[in-house]
Amino acid sequence: MTIKRWISAALLMLLLSACASQAPTAPAKEVRELTVMTHDSFAVSAELVARFEEENQAKVTFIKGGDAGAALNRLILTSLAGAPEADVFYGLDNTFLSRALDNALFEAYAAPALGRIPDAFKLDPGNRALPIDYGDVCINYDKAWFASKGLPLPQSLEDLTNPRYKGLLVVENPATSSPGLSFFLASVAAFGEAGWQEWWKALKENGVVVVSDWESAYYTNFSGSSGRGSQPLVVSYASSPAAELIYAETPLEEPPTGSIVADGTCWRQIEFAGILKGTPNRQLAEKFIDFLLSKAFQEDMPLQMFVYPVLPDAVLPADFARASAVPDRPASLDPQLIAAKRDEWVQAWTALMLK
Amino acid sequence: MSNMNGKRGGLWWKLLLWLLPAAFLLIFFYQPLTAILRLAFSMRAEGGGQSFFPGLAAKTFAFTLWQAVLSTLLTLVIGLPAAYLFSHYEFAGRKFLRLIALLPFILPTVVVAVSFNSLLGPRGWLNVGLMALFGLSEPPVRLLNSLPAILLAHVFYNSSIIIRIVGGAWSRLDQKLTQAAQMLGANPWQVFWEVTFPLLLPAAAGASLLVFLFDFTSFGVVLMLGGPAFATLEVEIYTQALYLFNLPLAGLLSLIQLAFTLLVAWAHNRVSLPRYGKAALSAEKANLRPPRTKKEKVFTFVTAAVLIALLLLPLLSLVTRSLVSLEAERGERGEAQTGFTLRYYRELFRDTTGSIFYVPPAVAVRNSVLYAAAAMLIANMLGLITSYALHFSGRLARWLEPVLILPLGASAVTLGLGFVIVFRRAPWDGVSFSILIPFAHALVALPLVVRTLLPALRGIPDSLRQAASTLGAGWARVFREVDLPLLLRPLLVCMVFAFTISLGEFGASSFLSTGRNPTIPVAIYRYISQPGALNYGQALAMSTILLVVCALGSLAIEKARLPGEELF
Repeated sequence: MTIKRWISAALLMLLLSACASQAPTAPAKEVRELTVMTHDSFAVSAELVARFEEENQAKVTFIKGGDAGAALNRLILTSLAGAPEADVFYGLDNTFLSRALDNALFEAYAAPALGRIPDAFKLDPGNRALPIDYGDVCINYDKAWFASKGLPLPQSLEDLTNPRYKGLLVVENPATSSPGLSFFLASVAAFGEAGWQEWWKALKENGVVVVSDWESAYYTNFSGSSGRGSQPLVVSYASSPAAELIYAETPLEEPPTGSIVADGTCWRQIEFAGILKGTPNRQLAEKFIDFLLSKAFQEDMPLQMFVYPVLPDAVLPADFARASAVPDRPASLDPQLIAAKRDEWVQAWTALMLK
Repeated sequence: MSNMNGKRGGLWWKLLLWLLPAAFLLIFFYQPLTAILRLAFSMRAEGGGQSFFPGLAAKTFAFTLWQAVLSTLLTLVIGLPAAYLFSHYEFAGRKFLRLIALLPFILPTVVVAVSFNSLLGPRGWLNVGLMALFGLSEPPVRLLNSLPAILLAHVFYNSSIIIRIVGGAWSRLDQKLTQAAQMLGANPWQVFWEVTFPLLLPAAAGASLLVFLFDFTSFGVVLMLGGPAFATLEVEIYTQALYLFNLPLAGLLSLIQLAFTLLVAWAHNRVSLPRYGKAALSAEKANLRPPRTKKEKVFTFVTAAVLIALLLLPLLSLVTRSLVSLEAERGERGEAQTGFTLRYYRELFRDTTGSIFYVPPAVAVRNSVLYAAAAMLIANMLGLITSYALHFSGRLARWLEPVLILPLGASAVTLGLGFVIVFRRAPWDGVSFSILIPFAHALVALPLVVRTLLPALRGIPDSLRQAASTLGAGWARVFREVDLPLLLRPLLVCMVFAFTISLGEFGASSFLSTGRNPTIPVAIYRYISQPGALNYGQALAMSTILLVVCALGSLAIEKARLPGEELF
């Protein structure tokens, strides 16, 4: 008897909870919700988001979907499954741009601010992916190490195969790391489809160290970071020295590391945002894109994410401008070519370097 | 009601017992898994131009198996003597060392990589010491990015599973049996081989299975400490699914991993099914005594020394590094000093950037502890129910047990992607992801709980329950006064494990993270993914806080006494 009573009670509870979840939630007009998918490095001032939420009577939720590539793949997958995870995606970069466009992930939006952004950043003429920021993946060096050895800095990718830099460089695996992929693409841009394997072979013979991710490369292997590793050259960002300066333990005159910005040694990452196809919050999503392109957000980015604003009149913070260099001629490749060849190249690279 | 001995009838009872575990696994495991696999394989049917690579799968599988077998054997070599040590001898620092052994279990891999680097890296203590000692110009020990680094990290992570589960069973072995064997003239080796070993086998086999599966599905250790030259199935699934977007291949690899897990769990069941007598476990802990003979003293000393070197030193180097500034060694920094500092900890409390993702340490600790406590309760309630359900299922259990182990063999990436697909659609789309996180953690902890409770449950002699029933005790009273006291120790072990698993879990559940309620591991990642001395220092300080929270949490759980324990 007791058992049956328990079972009926349990069933009743189930029924009740089912009804409860069906009940209408708060009136729809009040606060609108916007979900923004970003990558792990995304950051923004709480104050700016609060202002946006207030002005639009909205609540913004940020989902960090992993590395830039991983976040994009999550979005494609959930869209295929008929349940897109977000209304807006911010953090798509030019190495993955075509994958997003080929999968028809975004709706076009001709944001008013686009008129003020240099054409060089607008890689999608259809305005489905809108440029928001850029940064350069460059080799960083340990200033103290090079000063103490009296060694000149490498000034080109070819230099890195010179025996005097033997065993000094650590790079990330392009198959698992976004800066790793960027640096790899810079090498393809420099040596061409026919030549990059030759150069990487020489680099391997010259003792290049390959690790899986940026964290390992920077904090375990790089001698210029607090991890005090054994390689004085690392693939990182042109703005990393600025972060070393701003997050130093004691105020410094100069960062302990520097970036090599010689022609063709850096890869420019442009990051885009887009409105996801089929969002029920199209109007609010447009407002959020406008917010990303507003002067306030563009000026907030450098110290939050160590990237550069695409808006020409956004003013850079002094420390940031002082310590991070901008390459005059970063490497670049046609996004269509990247889309067509990326996976094939990465597999060839893996076979060449890791097997 | 005498249904509790499960010998006859009680169909209602059995169905009721299975209801919750079955619902839990269906919702949180089979549903997301089938959803993602179906999607992955449909992408191939649409002709996405992606193909299977049988060669890659075979090669990856071979390496995965090889490193898992090696790691498990090594973990046993370290863990079994340690389990004996902790269950038999009293010595100074015993409790401390036993607690230390648990801590690696929770550390995010990125932090383990940092602590291994500060100890064994090219400019770690070991190399710096050796270079100074022998006047070498190059670091003599090159361990990182190699197979030994993977093995070492696996032993570092998992030896506490052997220590806690086998050690717990060992300390509950009925001393009278070994004493009886000795009195009948058996030498120590015979006592071990013919009495102790068969009695320990279920616990030891269960613990080894868990260690093997943790090693078999290893991800972070292989990726970060092994380096890009090594890939387990789990690493390859991650790369294929999230970077190369070759979902059919990722799906295939996930299936291989699952199938092999099932096979191992099934084979394991055949090995460890009862060949042992009951009435062998007592509720009381064996009396600990100090080592007496010279042999015992040497054993104690050597085992403790190995544990200190292997487990304590990496943790210690992490904690030390969070308290010592080494800035001066980076040159060009005249004013900076090397020395003791609390700066990294102080900085944690300062919101310098105003970032929306800044989380005060107290809030991160609160979130982590809340999630862990919820996951612990869910996993242990379900685990207890599931263990009884299995216990009463007779021969059927042999087929159901491997199925229950399966969540350990599921790829975290695959399952995580399954979560985001399933729980965003009706009828689940109204459920907050924050509520789902402890359930996801419980999913990982559940197999461990069942593996630990089941042998203990099977060790309870039916005669005890029958005697109690005969004396007029109802089933509730039988449970409270017979089963519970005998299950209490293993239950505490389970609670500690579920708590720590939840504190450190960063796999499938990270897919459910919405940026609200950030936990300690989330905060660690936020700091270590940016350059700068303060970010690095704060990541280490936050990791140390994670260690302290885990240590305090498990101490508190072990201190807990359920009502009824003193009755036995």
